[in-house]
Amino acid sequence: MNRLSAILVALVLAVAAQAAEIHPPQQVTAGTSITIPTSGSGEATFYLIGPDVASKKKVQAGSDISVESDSLQLAGRYVAVLCASDGCASSNFFVVPAAPNKLSLLVHPSRVPVGSANGISTVAFVFDNFHNFVLKPEQVKFSILPKDAKEISADRGSQNGVAWVRISSAKKEGPVRIAASIGNANEVRVVQQVAAEACNLRIKASRVKNAFLIETDPVRDCSGNSIPDGTVVSFTKSDSAGKTTVDVPIKRGVAKVEMPIDGRARITVASGVVTGNELDVAGGQPQ
Amino acid sequence: MKRGLPILLGVVTVILIVIAWFQSGGAEAHELQAATTPDQAVRLMLSQVKAHNFDAAYARLANRDDVDKNAFIREFDGSNGSLLTYASMESFDVWGLKTNEQDATVRAKLHYSTAVGPLDDIRDLKVQHTGDTWKVLWPVSKAPKLPPQVIPVNYLRWDVISRGASDDWGVQNVDSPQVRVVSMNAIQRPDSVVLVGEVVNEDSVPAYVNVGATLLDPSGAELAQESSFDKISHILLPKQVSPYRIDFPNMRMEKIKSVRMDTKALLVPASADPVIEVNQQKLETDALGKKVLSGQLLNQSGSVVNIPHVIAAFYDSNGKVIWVSDGYMAQALLPQIPLPFAVDLPPDVAKNVQTYRVVVNHYDSTSQS
Repeated sequence: MNRLSAILVALVLAVAAQAAEIHPPQQVTAGTSITIPTSGSGEATFYLIGPDVASKKKVQAGSDISVESDSLQLAGRYVAVLCASDGCASSNFFVVPAAPNKLSLLVHPSRVPVGSANGISTVAFVFDNFHNFVLKPEQVKFSILPKDAKEISADRGSQNGVAWVRISSAKKEGPVRIAASIGNANEVRVVQQVAAEACNLRIKASRVKNAFLIETDPVRDCSGNSIPDGTVVSFTKSDSAGKTTVDVPIKRGVAKVEMPIDGRARITVASGVVTGNELDVAGGQPQ
Repeated sequence: MKRGLPILLGVVTVILIVIAWFQSGGAEAHELQAATTPDQAVRLMLSQVKAHNFDAAYARLANRDDVDKNAFIREFDGSNGSLLTYASMESFDVWGLKTNEQDATVRAKLHYSTAVGPLDDIRDLKVQHTGDTWKVLWPVSKAPKLPPQVIPVNYLRWDVISRGASDDWGVQNVDSPQVRVVSMNAIQRPDSVVLVGEVVNEDSVPAYVNVGATLLDPSGAELAQESSFDKISHILLPKQVSPYRIDFPNMRMEKIKSVRMDTKALLVPASADPVIEVNQQKLETDALGKKVLSGQLLNQSGSVVNIPHVIAAFYDSNGKVIWVSDGYMAQALLPQIPLPFAVDLPPDVAKNVQTYRVVVNHYDSTSQS
C-alpha cells in the first residue's frame, strides 16, 4: 500500500514538473521581441536574466510569455526561468548581434608628413545598432576624400569584427578626410598632412642699420610644401667675439634674425637635423 | 627643590638663546661692529644682508651717496620675479685677494638657497679704509634701461582642443607629438654614470618632453631608473633640439649591460616667443680657475623672462655630445638688455670640447605656456 502511494506521488510530481516547462528560441537577434511558449497551469513567475537585464513578472503558466525587444538588446547568454507553485524550470538562449549599422573608426596619426608610405593606419570596429560587436565577416567600405581630388574607395572584409587598411599620405600638404561606412553608418576622420623636413634650407644676409639681417628663403620641404610657421630654425654665427646662437621660429614662411657683425663671421643655419648653407661675412659685407 | 626647577629651566633657556644668537651670526655681527680688516668689513655687511637688515648693511657702504638703496637691496632680494625673489642667503665665504693700506679687494662667495636648488654668486668687492674702519665700496651699477616703447610681437601660439569626455570611444583625438632621441652617450664620472644626448621634436606642433632612462644589468634586471628632470628644455617647438642629461649617482659603468631610453611627449599649448639670442659664447677660465662657457643672453621680445635657465651641450671633434651643463640665472632677463651667464664643465671634459651649443629655457610668471 505504501509503495503504491509513493508511486502515485511521484507520478503527480512528474506531471507537475512537466507543467512548468519553458521553451525559449535557441537564438534571438538583438533588439527583437520574442514570445516564449510555456506549459503547465496556474499562476507562475517569469524571470529573465541576461547581460544587462534581470526582470521578474507574473505570468500564467501554459500561456506564451512575450519579451519586449528592449530587454534583448545586448548579445550574450540569457536565462529564462519559470517558477510555478510546484517548482521552477529554466532554459538558456542566446542573443546574437543584429545587422552591422555602427562603426568605431580609429585613424592614426592625426598629423602625418607628406609622402609617408603606409603612414596612416585606419581601423574600423563593426557594431550593430545596440553596440554589439559584430564578429561575423562583413564588408566595410573605406574612402579617401582629398580636398581637391576624386574620392578613392575600397572594400575590406572584417575579421572578428575588425577591418583595417593602411594609407599613404599625399605629396601635397593639407587635410585629408578618411571615411569608413557600413549599413547606415558613415564615420569620417580628418588627418592633417603636414610638410616633411625642410629641404634646400638657404640663408642670405643684408645690411640693416648697425647689424645684418640674416633671413632664410621661404622654407619648404622637398615636395615644395611650406614648412609650418612656428618651426624652429637655428642660426649660428661664429666670429672673433665668440659664438652666437638664436633659435627663431618661422613666421610667414621665413625665419629671420638681426645680428651685429664685427670683422669676419661665419653664419650657419639648421632646422631640426637638417642643415643649410653657410655664409661668410667679412668687413660688414656678405661674401 | 621647589626653586631648583625654575632656576634650571631659566638657565637652560638662557643657554639656548645664546646658542641661537651665535648660530644666527649675532656674535659675528657684534664682533665686527668696528671692522678692522677688509674681510671683516665684507663679513659684517653680508651678515646684515643675510639677516635682511638692509639698512645696516647699506650703512656699511663707503659710497652710499652713489648707490641707490633700493638697487642695493634688489641685488640680494631680486626683482621682476627673478630667481632671487624665491631665494634666501644661506651662508657666505669671504677671503682677501689683495690689500694695501687704503684699499683692498675681497672675494665673497654667496650661497643662496633657491626654489630650484643651491645657487652660488661670486663677487669681487673693493673695500676702502675710511678713518679707523674699513667699508665696502659697492660697485655702482649703471643698469641699462629700455626707453618706453612698443615692441611689436607677431605672436605664434598653439592652443589645443582635445577630445571631450562625453565623446564616444573611437572618436578622433589629437595625437601626441613625435619626438626622437637623436643621440645618447654614457659617461663614467668619479661618483656617477651620466647619460647625455639630444632630443628633437620632429612634429609640427609643440611638445612637452621628458627623457627617462633605465639601466639594465647583464641579466636584464633593472639597476636604476632616472629622468632628465630639469636638465632639458621641456617645451620644444617644432624641429627644436634640446640637450638632456640624466645622472645616476653611485653607479658604475661595469654593472651596466644596456640602457632603455623612454621619451615622453605631450601636446601642450605653447608660444613661440620670446626669442632669446645667446651671443659671445666662449670657453674660458673663470676667476676661480674653473673652465666655464660664458656668454650673454639677449631677450629679443618685449616681455620679461623671470627665470632664464641655460642648458649647454658640449661636443667632441666627432660631433658627439660629451657633456651637458646647466645653470639658472639669478637675475630676470629684461627685454633687449644683455644678461651675462656662465656654466661650468669638468676640466677633464673641457679639454676634449670642440664645439658647443646653448639653449635657453624660460620660466615666466605671465606666460600661459
